[in-house]
Amino acid sequence: MSRFWKWFWSLVLVVPLAVFAVWAIWDNTKLFFITMLNGLTLASLYFIVASGFTLVFGLMRNVNLAHGSLYLLGGYVGYFVAEMTGFFLLALIAGFLVAALVGLLMQVAIFRSMQGEDLRQTMVTIGLSIVIADLLMWGIGAQVHQMSAPEWLVGPLRDIPLITAYSKYRMALLPLGLIIGVLLWLFLNRTRVGMMIRAGVDDRAMLAATGVNVNLVFAATFAIGAGLAGFGGVIGAVELSMVPGEDVRLLLASLIVVIVGGMGSVVGAGVGAIILGVAETYGLAYAPTYSVVFTFVILVLVLAFRPRGILGQAA
Amino acid sequence: MSAAEWRNAMNAGSGRLAMGKSVAAPRPQVTAHSFQNPIRVRHVLVLAALLVFPWIATPFLTFQVGAQSLTLGLIALSLTFLGGYGGMISLAQMTVAGVAGYMVGILGTSGTPEISLGWPWWVVVPLAIAIATLAGAFIGWLSVRTEGIYTIMITLAVGVAFYYLCLQNYSIFNGFQGFQQVHPPKLLGINWRDPLPFYHLVLFWSLAGYFFIKYLLRAPFGVALQGIRDNPRRMNALGFHVTAHRIAAYAVAGILAAVGGVLLVWYNGLITPNSAGTSWLINILIIAVLGGLRHPVGPFIGAVVFVLLQTFAIDLIDRERFNLVIGGVFLAIVLFSPDGLLGLWAALKLRFASRSKSLTPRGDSR
Repeated sequence: MSRFWKWFWSLVLVVPLAVFAVWAIWDNTKLFFITMLNGLTLASLYFIVASGFTLVFGLMRNVNLAHGSLYLLGGYVGYFVAEMTGFFLLALIAGFLVAALVGLLMQVAIFRSMQGEDLRQTMVTIGLSIVIADLLMWGIGAQVHQMSAPEWLVGPLRDIPLITAYSKYRMALLPLGLIIGVLLWLFLNRTRVGMMIRAGVDDRAMLAATGVNVNLVFAATFAIGAGLAGFGGVIGAVELSMVPGEDVRLLLASLIVVIVGGMGSVVGAGVGAIILGVAETYGLAYAPTYSVVFTFVILVLVLAFRPRGILGQAA
Repeated sequence: MSAAEWRNAMNAGSGRLAMGKSVAAPRPQVTAHSFQNPIRVRHVLVLAALLVFPWIATPFLTFQVGAQSLTLGLIALSLTFLGGYGGMISLAQMTVAGVAGYMVGILGTSGTPEISLGWPWWVVVPLAIAIATLAGAFIGWLSVRTEGIYTIMITLAVGVAFYYLCLQNYSIFNGFQGFQQVHPPKLLGINWRDPLPFYHLVLFWSLAGYFFIKYLLRAPFGVALQGIRDNPRRMNALGFHVTAHRIAAYAVAGILAAVGGVLLVWYNGLITPNSAGTSWLINILIIAVLGGLRHPVGPFIGAVVFVLLQTFAIDLIDRERFNLVIGGVFLAIVLFSPDGLLGLWAALKLRFASRSKSLTPRGDSR
């Protein structure tokens, strides 16, 4: 694309958004900034869940469509652990561990035996997601499980300029998402295992040839990816709620985040999560019955101009 | 299926052809000499059974099992065509059917006269099919920009987005309730919703779809499409427009799914967001894979099994646990027989043939 067209399309995209922002701030400043914060905190949750998805995809070319089920599983486990022990942090750890364990089991028992058969693996994850979702509904029931935030995060945070008050828990999600993003980045870029994972993303066969136990790397990555879904589930159990159907919602969010951001890239997942989270909340606040349309338009625009996502690279 | 494998492998340049023979095996029935495909005894038997079935079965069986299987089979056939012969697994075929169904509800008559326009059926039905076909082609245009497993992700995202649109939008799609009392027109003094006429209506369109696909697979377009599935690069070098062929395949599949969608909304008598919800998107994939993607008859076999499980398996176990049963069956098929029931049948036949070959010199007839 020539420079002119790049400028043209950027203007076509940016000008209406800027006009909307100016109008919205002028119309109702508080609503605009609260919506912004809501969007960013939702983006934080989306990022945590989708980064696990993209990690697994990047390394194993395995679209884990059971990712939403792992999210739901983690959320339920967190809910019951928190109810029994009363410790929120313990719930987070339990959610992560249980989902990671299930993910590990899936990897070792099923995916290892069908290495390289991408499409079949994807179909297996579809089957697994149906079975897991139904087992969860059987065991736990279809009623809504809403977890309460830990005591030190209950209530509003007061005296913020422009918006006066905001939920402490949701506010805490912002740094949490950032921390997890930075940790993941450090893990992938500064540790030996991370280096192996990145090498595996680029060339699996070559990595194996250098003497690395690829199966172990795969298992570890899958466990971390699944664990992140469970971790997100515990957070989501407070922020949203746990009910059958949420798995599909978060799966859709993860799919769109990684399609928009670029598959297999953690930074891309961050970008995609922010775009999706902000667009979704603004849509809900300003045009409730068409909010999905905005998401869809973003998806179409990205696919039309950058088929591999904003930060995606050719496979 | 492994067409995507092929495509990935050829495009990425790394020779990963693992799935190999099981699915990618060249289909013998699509070679040139199969133009003289003889009518065998089994063809006559199946056709006779289909025609006799409604006269000996109860109205419940005719409508609930017969008509429903054929309708779902027709929609799944569109996926078989795309996936088995085009190498593109689209999860949005039920969305296309849903668009057609919604259009019938919105443009025609329904229990929600505030929204429904109440146009006559001979305007509504062609228009609904045309709009849904366009939607199918649009989904194709979106997803052919990506390849292999990406297609699954994008079509799933599109499908679920449509579901949420229907769920949240009240001005056009009437939100959670959707449209009730969407019935086929009373024509020639026949109530087409009665089991017998409806069964024959569905049978006609299913057979039409089946033979259309059979014909198309031998026509230049179908042969080119299978070439693209097996090696897009080579087809491109031969001067075929790969992207255009793929989008056209989506449009053709869109027509089938649209016809199926109109029949399905008449069968159910209503359309709600759940008719095109995630579980149904995936159910269509289950039906197609269950039967086998290797032959256009696969989706109908898959649909019969699916509907029988849905109707009768719940008597054996809890009604609520249908998803567990169908999910488990799907898992078992994907894990142990990637070619579905047709593949299982072929494997059995092969084993039987090789055994009898050792006794008599005759061997397999094919």
